[in-house]
Amino acid sequence: MAAYVARRVLAGVPVLFLVVTAVFFAFQLIPGDPARAFLGPEATPDVVERVRRELGLDRPVIVQYASYLRRLVQGDLGRSIMTRRDVSLELAAPFLSTVKLSVASIVLATVVGVLLGTVAAVRQGSAWDHLASIVALLGISIPVFWLGLLMMYLFSVNLRILPSAGDDTWRHYVMPTISLATFSLAFIARMTRSSLLEVIRQDYVRTARAKGAPEWRVVGYHALRNALLPVVIVVGLRFGYMLGGAVVIEQVFAWPGLGRLLVAAVGQRDIPLIQGILLLFATSFVLVNLIVDLLYGFLDPQIRYR
Amino acid sequence: MRPSGPSVVPRGPIVAFFRLHRLAAIGGVIVVLFVAAGLLAPWLAPYDPNAINVQATLQPPSRVNLLGTDNQGRDLLSRVLYGARMSLLISLTSVGCGAVVGVALGILAGYYRALDGPIMRLNDVLLAFPGIIVALTIVSILGKGLENVIVAIAIVQVPQYVRLAHGLVLSVKDRVFVEAAVAIGAPDRSIIFRHILPNTLGPIIVQTSLLIPGAIMTAATLSFLGLGVQPPTSEWGAMLQHSLQWARLAPHVMVIPGLALMLVVFGFNVFGDGLRDAMDPRLRRMSGTPGGMA
Repeated sequence: MAAYVARRVLAGVPVLFLVVTAVFFAFQLIPGDPARAFLGPEATPDVVERVRRELGLDRPVIVQYASYLRRLVQGDLGRSIMTRRDVSLELAAPFLSTVKLSVASIVLATVVGVLLGTVAAVRQGSAWDHLASIVALLGISIPVFWLGLLMMYLFSVNLRILPSAGDDTWRHYVMPTISLATFSLAFIARMTRSSLLEVIRQDYVRTARAKGAPEWRVVGYHALRNALLPVVIVVGLRFGYMLGGAVVIEQVFAWPGLGRLLVAAVGQRDIPLIQGILLLFATSFVLVNLIVDLLYGFLDPQIRYR
Repeated sequence: MRPSGPSVVPRGPIVAFFRLHRLAAIGGVIVVLFVAAGLLAPWLAPYDPNAINVQATLQPPSRVNLLGTDNQGRDLLSRVLYGARMSLLISLTSVGCGAVVGVALGILAGYYRALDGPIMRLNDVLLAFPGIIVALTIVSILGKGLENVIVAIAIVQVPQYVRLAHGLVLSVKDRVFVEAAVAIGAPDRSIIFRHILPNTLGPIIVQTSLLIPGAIMTAATLSFLGLGVQPPTSEWGAMLQHSLQWARLAPHVMVIPGLALMLVVFGFNVFGDGLRDAMDPRLRRMSGTPGGMA
């Protein structure tokens, strides 16, 4: 197991290094002068020239890249153009806010999705099964921001029972969490259903029934335990993608998270801030994948020794 | 003169298939209607989609405006139809470009061992971000607007195709007919185009039908965020952008574009699922995830 863990951890390092490199060089392609963008249109040419030299923009790209890496290792992500504050300071609170929303959503999606998928598989062909299929199909097709708008119209504008913006109380969480969870919920329900249907016909499930185990134990213990292996992967992947979904949901519900910050930064072309957000996203994504890999290896011994 | 193309496939099984998969058939109908609406929008639309009429703002659906009007008195039916045209244009061109580039890179990576590492590692980088984030990043580099949105969404599709084509090439490469071609000294180019590429097309077509809805959704999302196609162009996501502020007076302004978007994405999803089952049930595991929010 230790070797497996080490291998998975080490596999993430080159990906992160490549992400850093790609993020650095991608933004070299932007036409225009970053020093000019930093100072605004009023600055005189010699001021721009001085700042260019101070920021090291007059040096060759490869030297800039080296110093970018060096500062990164020291935790220095540069300064935001919009606020003139350190990017790392700008990111802390929004990141926490986004993580809270994502965790709430993935918990909701997993619990409801697995329940729905299980009921659908156990009662295959029943009204429950059809309901689950419809929910799953609509869930992967509905535009999340539209779902958010519809809920907001109903619960904030008309009924006035839920707040439409912010992240202060649990009531603020209701609509963004549901919006963000819907796609993953549908996905997880589908996956659970098909995985459980495969498992439920296996010999060991029949054996469990034959020895007289109660039905809830057959499904909940013998079948579900094996059926949930692929679901674990899907949950992990969905969690990574939640950070992407959050971009839109946060915009709809004025959620003070990383996604909203990214949209603002893109709108203002605040490159150091965009780069910082991207690196944080990528790091979280790689970390989540790592945890999923480890969890999967833990749950399924076959993977570990491959 | 009769077209001689698809006559190789007998018609019977297709009809039988869709009878069995009613959902896929419904999806197919939606897809056809969407494509028709997109192509024929200039002839189908009753009004100019950008014609402002301050006398008739936020009108509910009526005989004059079948789907009502928006806050500037523009005919919603016309805007929805032109929105379909915009979605069709963006999704087909971006997924098409993404497919060509991605499949080419995937085949190169799978066929030439020396290219495998560099291409696949770069691919991992793109796959380390959700699609919408990649698209946002590219828009932030290139700027807003239609062409840049297409480029951004095309780049989002590339890694999906690279991964698929790479896997397919690896599985085809060891088959006897490829070994035979190598043995008789066929050049790489001929092996790739005559033996490998045709054997990867099926899954790639299925993948395409499942990636189109994601592309449509990403385009709408970018416009909704104000970073995609710019007003006054009719685009479903852009139409939804400020709809909430009018929804109290005229809910249809918010309901109709979203419904159109959902219907089309739903159609492609169930159609793609059916296509995948029809082509090869075993592909269930190989082809990517169903589209939608990436």
